[in-house]
Amino acid sequence: MDLSSFSAHQLIDLLDRQELSAADCVGYFLARTDDQNPELNAFLTVAHESAMDQARSIDQRRQRGETVGRMAGLPVAVKDGICTEGIRTTAGSRMLEEFVPFYNATAVQRLLEADAILIGKTMMDEFGMGSSTENPHFGNTRNPWDPQRVAGGSSGGSAAAVAGGLAPLALGSDTGGSIRQPAAFCGLTGLKPTYGRVSRYGLIAYASSLEQIGPITRSAQDAALLMEICAGHDPSDSTSAQRAVDDYTHQLDSDIQGLRIGVCRDHFGTGLDSEIGVALQEALNVLQSLGAKLVDIELPHASHAVAAYYVIAPCEASANLARFDGVRYTRRAESSSLDQMYSRTRSEFFGQEVKRRILLGTFALSSGYYDQYYRKASQIRRLVKHDFDTALAEVDLLVGPTTPGTALPIGQWEDDPLSMYLADVYTVSANLAGIPALSIPCGTDANGLPIGMQLQGRPFAESTLLQVAHQYQQQTDFHTRRPD
Amino acid sequence: MSCEKATIIGLEVHVQLDTQSKLFCGCSTRFGAPPNTHICPVCLGAPGALPVLNRQALDLAIQVGLALNCEIETNTKWDRKNYFYPDLPKGYQISQFDRPICANGYLDLIDPEAHFADRRVQIERAHLEEDAGKSSHDETGAGGSSKIDLNRAGTPLLEIVTRPDLRSGTEAKAFLTELKLILSNLQVSDCNMQEGSLRVDANVNLHLAEGDRTIATPIVEIKNLNSFRAVQRAIDFESERQWKQWQEDGRTIDQAAKQTRGWDDESGQTVLQRTKEDSADYRYFPEPDLAVVHTTVEQRETIGKKIGPLPSQQRAELISAYSLSAYDAGVLVQQGRRFVDFFETIARPLDDGKLVSNWLQQEVLRYLKEQQADIDQFPVSTEQFIAFLKLIQSGKLDTSRGKAVMQKMMEQRLSLEESMEQLGIAPVEDDELAAICRQVIEENPDIIQQIREGNTKAVGNLIGQAKQINRNVDPALVRKQILNFMKTG
Repeated sequence: MDLSSFSAHQLIDLLDRQELSAADCVGYFLARTDDQNPELNAFLTVAHESAMDQARSIDQRRQRGETVGRMAGLPVAVKDGICTEGIRTTAGSRMLEEFVPFYNATAVQRLLEADAILIGKTMMDEFGMGSSTENPHFGNTRNPWDPQRVAGGSSGGSAAAVAGGLAPLALGSDTGGSIRQPAAFCGLTGLKPTYGRVSRYGLIAYASSLEQIGPITRSAQDAALLMEICAGHDPSDSTSAQRAVDDYTHQLDSDIQGLRIGVCRDHFGTGLDSEIGVALQEALNVLQSLGAKLVDIELPHASHAVAAYYVIAPCEASANLARFDGVRYTRRAESSSLDQMYSRTRSEFFGQEVKRRILLGTFALSSGYYDQYYRKASQIRRLVKHDFDTALAEVDLLVGPTTPGTALPIGQWEDDPLSMYLADVYTVSANLAGIPALSIPCGTDANGLPIGMQLQGRPFAESTLLQVAHQYQQQTDFHTRRPD
Repeated sequence: MSCEKATIIGLEVHVQLDTQSKLFCGCSTRFGAPPNTHICPVCLGAPGALPVLNRQALDLAIQVGLALNCEIETNTKWDRKNYFYPDLPKGYQISQFDRPICANGYLDLIDPEAHFADRRVQIERAHLEEDAGKSSHDETGAGGSSKIDLNRAGTPLLEIVTRPDLRSGTEAKAFLTELKLILSNLQVSDCNMQEGSLRVDANVNLHLAEGDRTIATPIVEIKNLNSFRAVQRAIDFESERQWKQWQEDGRTIDQAAKQTRGWDDESGQTVLQRTKEDSADYRYFPEPDLAVVHTTVEQRETIGKKIGPLPSQQRAELISAYSLSAYDAGVLVQQGRRFVDFFETIARPLDDGKLVSNWLQQEVLRYLKEQQADIDQFPVSTEQFIAFLKLIQSGKLDTSRGKAVMQKMMEQRLSLEESMEQLGIAPVEDDELAAICRQVIEENPDIIQQIREGNTKAVGNLIGQAKQINRNVDPALVRKQILNFMKTG
């Protein structure tokens, strides 16, 4: 059986019916990873032994007739910025090259409690700071659709693993588009949940007020499943929401007749690849044919979102990464004094982009600059949020592009961080506003590269986004297309 | 040059709040455990770990704020204070910058002995923050490794900041003494300076008035103050030092940077530690991992009810209800709320505050000091104490023998009756006293005659005879009774 193109739901069916053992399932994906990862570089760490142990124990429990979890035997890949007990967690940094957490992130804990099998940790931009998973320490992750191109980032490893069939689904994290953009580049479904919907406990922080853990999957249906497992209040995360988690799966099948979809025409103008514009227009036609109504809306402050994001995120990062000082769990550079130890450790074990953002953030928070930068950015953030509140009072969700272009050749952004930042133009607003946003494939360009469509919704209305995505995926086959 | 010199002092007091667990995690705050045993991912600053507020710490902070007449912030928030230090695990401290939980309060200082004028000390703010860990360095000079203990990291601190309202070392010490008394009475902190649960920094400079002009000297922050006495000495030293410095270089607050100086208790001097040029820019910004905390009126009222009478109220109460002097009231209140309760329980039925106050101040306090005990451990119950003082009050037990009785009650933990029995003291009933007095009057007509003729000293002879009949009689009562019988015949 070629399990590599199966969705998580199809695999769970086989596992539940015991037509496929967990050991065979996990064995299959591990073997495929061993075969293809050297080329793709999707995984940083493959958990061969613990995954097989876990799989065998689930098979035994099944044979004994014990109840097993909802994801029993299903392999899951987890971004390496998410802590896994006993499995090295580097966040893509040499600083944490040898760090083995002694606790699980809450999202991981919930996966394990559902008997999902952790098969490995996926590549990422260092500490999530980047959009291409071109990592100065651990190499570049390649896009399964075209190995000369990037998989996107920062959750590029998770996207490449799922697109390449090394894992049926994965967890990523999204601070400014880090789930949605690689999902778009790799023809996958990727959801950034509402801020507070999924616990951040155990997510190695880049920009705490912006980021969420979320699914990267082959379908909206699989994303709904992963959300049902991982979402929900966590007393260990003070910013996690108290409200109950919706039954996403149940809502997938509701039709979207009469649903009001907002379209921001500014997002279809200058800067957007024309092929993406065409693909999106077709996708809107499909949604219309399903009974949705299209409404033009305005997001007047959206053009300032990237600027605000690239102040707030580095500011938070400058504090979040201060703990990597060589004193405790990180690597430590040889030195003769404390100050030298700090500066050598941080100079040697952080990459360029991380150092750039730490410096940006440190500068922007410095005495005399705070009002000019951090405070102003926070004001823009409120305006961006207000734009969404206004728009989403009128419509049920917004539809637009995920990215201005499709996957770029490797190396394109190497010396041009500003272009890389600007490519976040459609995704960062949802992080600033804390609203849920989903990317699903809606076509391919002339090079055969996937195109992503972004759905953005009201706070905690993941169910609406997943429902619309699922209904769309019932009418189209972009999500089932595989590389080759 | 003639000018008026005033020493201007503001204090920053760090109080470790006596919570079960740390400010942002469930680890124990107990002092003295083996290094790095009370730690978890959160207080270690492990990657991905997140803080969760300990509500008890917030409640205690509100209690202190209310006791210090502060406004309580209804939407208090958290900020990150960024600096690198090996015992600061996250590279930032979670503190409160622009919306502290308590602000704009005051504490009134009244010195019954009038060493200084009554003074209202404004409390600028009191905010919550987490403590850092503890570094220990090789001080042998052999260049050994420094060690870090993170047991203390994350312990809740309340930083209380006064306005520069204090004017002398004596006042600063009085302020701290009163503050400590309030905190101990509230049971929010053990205020143990040796264990670091109360830490004080003092900001000191001089205001020199020359005609209409006031000149301020550069501000000095004094650290490493290990006792209230050190605070007093350091301020007095610093006041003198700054005066000399000013006479030498004439530099004002605008012409010299703020200095940090450490107090050296042995040499009795402050020593330069650093100037402001190399002090950190803390780059405060809102802590994204913690939500704004809303406090409601009901919450503040509930907490307010737990505060009970403050020392100033207790002193006023003791003075008005028990007719104590300000000094006596001060001494009693200074011993803490339980001691005042003990006093009141005894003084109420006896209706003689001064008598009770004297016995507590002399016998009880001496005993507690010797034993290094507090009033909860005092071996004599209030009931026994009342019974004892009733004997004293009625004259059935005189003061000097009373002291011997109390001694036995305290030290051998005997009951009142047992103590008296052991000392061979039996209270003399009124009938018996009367009988003894009549007997000596009848047996000594000569002496009676002498007394009638005005030689009142002669009554001493009769008292002596009465004591021979029963050594437990109170001489004062015998005298009174004899004179009385002589009048009535």
